[in-house]
Amino acid sequence: MEHITLLLAIVIVTALVFDFTNGFHDTANAMATTISTGALKPKTAVAMSAVLNLVGAFLSVEVAKTISSGIVTEEGITPEVIFAALVGAILWNLLTWLIGLPSSSSHALMGGLIGATIASVGVSGVNGGTVVTKVLIPAIAAPLVAGLAAYLASRLTYRIGRNADPKATAKGYRAGQITSAGLVSLAHGTNDAQKTMGIITLALVAGGVLAPGSNPPMWVIMSAGIAIALGTYLGGWRIIRTMGKGLTDLQPQQGFAAQTSAASVILASSNLGFSLSTTHSCSGAVMGAGLGRKGGVVRWSTATRMFVAWGLTLPAAGLVAAGSEFVTKQGDWGVAAVAAFLIGSCVAIWFISRRQVVDHTNVNDVEAEAEPAGVVTTAMAAVTVPPTAAALAADDLKTTIPAPAGSSAEPVSPAAV
Amino acid sequence: MKIDWAALGSVFGVSLVVTVALVGLFTLGIVALSKQESASAQGGGSAVAARTGAYACFALCAAAVAYGIYLIVV
Repeated sequence: MEHITLLLAIVIVTALVFDFTNGFHDTANAMATTISTGALKPKTAVAMSAVLNLVGAFLSVEVAKTISSGIVTEEGITPEVIFAALVGAILWNLLTWLIGLPSSSSHALMGGLIGATIASVGVSGVNGGTVVTKVLIPAIAAPLVAGLAAYLASRLTYRIGRNADPKATAKGYRAGQITSAGLVSLAHGTNDAQKTMGIITLALVAGGVLAPGSNPPMWVIMSAGIAIALGTYLGGWRIIRTMGKGLTDLQPQQGFAAQTSAASVILASSNLGFSLSTTHSCSGAVMGAGLGRKGGVVRWSTATRMFVAWGLTLPAAGLVAAGSEFVTKQGDWGVAAVAAFLIGSCVAIWFISRRQVVDHTNVNDVEAEAEPAGVVTTAMAAVTVPPTAAALAADDLKTTIPAPAGSSAEPVSPAAV
Repeated sequence: MKIDWAALGSVFGVSLVVTVALVGLFTLGIVALSKQESASAQGGGSAVAARTGAYACFALCAAAVAYGIYLIVV
């Protein structure tokens, strides 16, 4: 470790920050439905997900050899390019978290790499065809596959269970949902923690510390696993709220169907050679399950904003990364400037997020009339802004994507059948 | 640019079949278990049958989960 330069150290720290935002951003995939249907308490859910992410990081020995899946030519990649790509990906992750939209961390990273590569060596460094096959097609296919599976599965489970006593079956659905969510968490830890290990290893190789083709050292595996688990535990509550409550209203049956569909799609896709994004699959599954109940509704305004965010992921992360790479190329002061910019932006986003706090205590309260005021709710009301003001504040934050954050303006969905 | 439609198609098919089969099986198990409770209250052999059926369903689901973990690890 004695040969690690300052630049390399910055890249490694940035990679771990990205790993953290990745866990933070993707808790929703595994746990949003579990939390919104009440199968697990919010804190328990994220703790379980974090542990499984950590376990997942250590489970598989086959570490991602490429970080971009062939989208950019990785031969001439320098630590600066990786750094710029990470800056773009982190900022996009934080921004989408701020407005509470699920979006793919892998796509953000790919967008960052594309942007940084174009700024570094030009358009020739990007394989345009691979962008279509690995990014565009999966982004359309994933929600369709997962959505259709979840739709049919929830139709089926309502049909089979139509004569059963909901009280007697609730415990079963709860167990099923927790199991599926656990599988998603485990798969996420294996895939995404390895992505960070791959990045750090690539940077170490590019910086001449490790021999090409070598496996990541133990400290890399450890730190990547811990970073993603920590991010998962702190929980991107804003995204959990959107996914669990914002897109549709889920009952235990639907939550079970959605989570099982997401787990099957993720495992099938990663083992049959057509990788689909976890985030896209989970969002699609939630919407499909929402439609699968008679009288179920999907809030298309929220869904549309989410789709817009998916479409913007690649160009937005790419643009920031390209800008960062352009500045980084200027020399040491450029790296320092980009690092300062990254830290400044993160702090700014965090401060904006404090204006309307979403955490484990209020993650499930979307509508103002969500539940009778309990002790916690009353205490919350005393210390935070009232819901209407909060909704207004959320609107202020969304100057770029105009639509109300909560679904307070939406018609209340019909009662459960 | 070559899109691997066969792989996409198999992902589609496998996910669909696995999801529906698992959710169906698990629901059958849950329903059978809830029936068993009411049946055993009245007494009779149907309670045993329902319980056995439920456990068979759960065992199949558990096998699927184990296979899922195997896929993640390997």
